[in-house]
Amino acid sequence: MTEIPEHLLKRAQAAREKAAGAASGDAAPAGDRIPDALLDRTKAAGAGATLVAAAPAAGLPVGAGPGGHTQRLLTVVKSGSIQEAKAAPVDKVHTWPHLLAVEFVASLALISFLFVFSWIVNAPLLKAADFNKTPNPSKAPWYFLGLQELLTMFHPMIAGVTLPGVGVLALMLTPYLDRNPSNKPEDRKFITSMMTLFLMFWAVLVIIGSFFRGPGFNFTFPWRDGIFFEL
Amino acid sequence: MAKVLDNPRPTLKERAAQIGQQLQGSQAWNSIFRPGSIFRKGYTDSPRNRSYVIMNSVLYHLHPVKVKRHAVKVSYTLCLGGLSFFLFILLTVTGIFLMFFYRPTGANAWQDIQTLQTSVTFGLLVRNMHRWSAHLMVLSVFLHMARVFYHGAYKPPREFNWVIGVVLLTLTLLLSFTGYLLPWDQLALWAVTVGTNMMGYSPVIGSQVRFVLLGGVEIGSETLLRWYVLHVLMLPFVIVIFMAIHFWRVRKDGGISGPL
Repeated sequence: MTEIPEHLLKRAQAAREKAAGAASGDAAPAGDRIPDALLDRTKAAGAGATLVAAAPAAGLPVGAGPGGHTQRLLTVVKSGSIQEAKAAPVDKVHTWPHLLAVEFVASLALISFLFVFSWIVNAPLLKAADFNKTPNPSKAPWYFLGLQELLTMFHPMIAGVTLPGVGVLALMLTPYLDRNPSNKPEDRKFITSMMTLFLMFWAVLVIIGSFFRGPGFNFTFPWRDGIFFEL
Repeated sequence: MAKVLDNPRPTLKERAAQIGQQLQGSQAWNSIFRPGSIFRKGYTDSPRNRSYVIMNSVLYHLHPVKVKRHAVKVSYTLCLGGLSFFLFILLTVTGIFLMFFYRPTGANAWQDIQTLQTSVTFGLLVRNMHRWSAHLMVLSVFLHMARVFYHGAYKPPREFNWVIGVVLLTLTLLLSFTGYLLPWDQLALWAVTVGTNMMGYSPVIGSQVRFVLLGGVEIGSETLLRWYVLHVLMLPFVIVIFMAIHFWRVRKDGGISGPL
């Protein structure tokens, strides 16, 4: 066990003596230390008085602090800061069972759909890869067909790199560019129409690239020449 | 005779119930399922136990104990984010199955898929599920993004989570694209040729990027191995990290957005 240094012991002893002396010296007048005026006021106001800053009674002699302010501890704390609820109450439900049940049903529905669909429709497997036979048309996976469609209109550097790059960057920056704080649809008409245009632009390009492009990636109609598309 | 009637032989149902009781009362069972678990004996529907179901499960505590009432409406989220995650899990499971039967070399890849479809039990079904799930995941992630946008859910304090989400969309596309090459059939080869030709046009570093990705100047066996490693190891590793941040931020940013 650590030894307590001597000077600390001395200091503790001195403090103890001082406290004992002060207690014995003040024992007699202790009852007089709360002024009568304050006691009366407490009686008059009842329990509520602790939260209400009472007007200082005239001629109040004792307890005056520097500058003549008369305060009791609890009157310093404004009632709002201890009574006010900081967060507005939110209407909440238990995750189990309300959310988990929904998630469970959704995942079951999805897996059943996939199971049945995979049972009926086979994934494509064409002939083994052959570098000497280029199929006509050669198409990218469907989600890149919008880009391939752009390739027919622009230089590859624009269509294949710049435009998709700018698109992804614009998407990432959306929350920092859109300074409108509201999430109500009626306040966001401009940005929602911009986004709808953006999404429709890609959707239309992908649909054209998938179904309306035939041999040589030339424009065609699926009902006239058939569909040149594999998933 | 009377004694027999007093103690008739227990029926099968009673025996099953008794075994169930014993099992659920055993120390082993109770050590596996923590208090409040719905698999515990004597789960009663109380607010305390509803909280325990979430708090005491390593999987469920992705969720908070309570969620906003409007958030559990299917019409609000259409379950799109959750289904994307579910599809990812499904793709992982079916993908592991496929890995047992696949060798990423130019000489074997196509034949392995062919064998998988014709000679492996459930091989064709699992391959189909893997492929359709992959396409569906691209679609669901895309639709999830649209849903989040139209709800204005990318607004403060959720800006950064939207950025993570765009990264996840890109990673989903890359995962799908790298997987597209692996069957090593005519469709895969030429679709990837078209795709990588576009990358070659990147300014300044285009040809270098293409060389690194293809493992050569043309698509070949090296490309197959590279994309295989990207597809089964590297990209899933990266996407899991980003998904973890994404889900964590959903909760830290105050749960789901709204109501509108």
